[in-house]
Amino acid sequence: MSKSLYSKGRRIDGRKLDELRPIKMEVGVIDNATGSSYIEFGRNKIIAAVYGPKDVHPKHMTKTESAIIKCRYHMTPFSTGTRKNPAPSRRETEISKIIREALEPAIVLTDYPRTAIHVYVEVLQSDGGSRCAGVTAASLALADAGINMRDLTAGCAAGKINGKVALDLNEVEDMEGDADLPLAILPNLEKITLLQLDGNFSRKEFIAAFKLAKEGCMKVYEMQRNTLKDKYFGNKEA
Amino acid sequence: MASKKSLVVEYLKFEQMLAGISKGKRIDGRQLLETRSISIEPGVIEKANGSAKVKLGKTEVIAGIKIQTGSPFDDTPNKGLLIVTSEILPLAAPWAEPGPPNEEVIEIARVVDRGIRESKIIELTDLCLVEGKKVLAVFVDISVLNVDGNLFDAASYAAVAALLTAKMPKYKITKEGEIEDTGKQVPLAEKLIPVSTTMALINDTIVVDPTLDEETVMEARVTLTTTGKDTICAGQKGFPGGFSMTDIELALDIALKNGEKIRKTIKKSVELAEKK
Repeated sequence: MSKSLYSKGRRIDGRKLDELRPIKMEVGVIDNATGSSYIEFGRNKIIAAVYGPKDVHPKHMTKTESAIIKCRYHMTPFSTGTRKNPAPSRRETEISKIIREALEPAIVLTDYPRTAIHVYVEVLQSDGGSRCAGVTAASLALADAGINMRDLTAGCAAGKINGKVALDLNEVEDMEGDADLPLAILPNLEKITLLQLDGNFSRKEFIAAFKLAKEGCMKVYEMQRNTLKDKYFGNKEA
Repeated sequence: MASKKSLVVEYLKFEQMLAGISKGKRIDGRQLLETRSISIEPGVIEKANGSAKVKLGKTEVIAGIKIQTGSPFDDTPNKGLLIVTSEILPLAAPWAEPGPPNEEVIEIARVVDRGIRESKIIELTDLCLVEGKKVLAVFVDISVLNVDGNLFDAASYAAVAALLTAKMPKYKITKEGEIEDTGKQVPLAEKLIPVSTTMALINDTIVVDPTLDEETVMEARVTLTTTGKDTICAGQKGFPGGFSMTDIELALDIALKNGEKIRKTIKKSVELAEKK
């Protein structure tokens, strides 16, 4: 804890407080899937894939007027420092749930009654902020699958290191920093669909981190749009 | 959902509930930002290191603390363990069934866990006996006895009250490196009270401490945990639905204010229990 995470205007990875890590996005990476995406968010490497709409199993989960979303966030055993047990942990169960809830309001579920849409988020390498990167990738995969959507879901976190509010914490900053606030928004509908918080914030710091994370989400959203444009309209510089 | 009444009655009730909320009135007569009556009774289980039963309106939960020795995680060799679990007992609702915990219950346990962990009510480094080898593990197990909405807050209050009244055995390390129970009991937790406040968004209106009926019509939910009048330590948005930016700011103010109020209630019941 004695190690300084911020000095001389730079963070441990050389970033400024309001700077995102390098981000790469791609859609259409899994041939078998209805839609898919790959994202690199710093050292996070995540694949998301969508299958469906298809039949609901078990049948009793069917909704007569809308689709249901099934979501699994999972980390590969080699994605972490010490090997992660491949069985789903409670953390992964929780993140699967909040990712699903962050995506759902963007999807026109009533267009697909009596079906299930499966969303798989597989973390190949994690580096702090994987839920935000995961939800971003999942939304891209849904768009790539041609699912009718009202908006994309864009995710980004902000936190506090050495008492200062900072954008997009990496793994070390998340572990040793003071607080983390993962956020996901529907940029056009201006809704917050994912919000979590751990660590200590004053009211003022919370609002500052919240605004910073929102700006981060908007930047992520721009990249999502450009990634889709690149694939579907060959719009390289858009 | 949980009612025995016919669907028609349910439907009419929801209509009335929604109409009322837009006018600032709730179906049970509460104000929008009013919590239900809270009763906190610590020390209900003698065999546990700490325990508490909480009633929040008709929602009823019991939390028990067990402290055992265990091995630390590889990446935190000098820290004790905090393990929070929750279960909706099959007797707690007509639809509740036995079985492994589902994601709803896991979320409750993890949100309660986060509130406790981040508040630093337990200093985990104090629970280290032999670095890298032996530490104390604090198990916080929460059983839901009756479901009527807002399990998050009820579970959190029960866990916190149980921790505040919990005593742990004092161990010492002998010359041979063995762990020996001195037979003395010391308090487990710091005098710090994290308070969780859960709010539901219904008809674009924020209501505090939703009942089960209100939860069935809510669009989204947010839980914020505070440890002081200007400290927020944990949060979780849930349910498919979105909050606007102003909703979140409002929720923050509500949580800070409600936190101060509930903190007094918890403090009072803990002090009362300690006098006994």
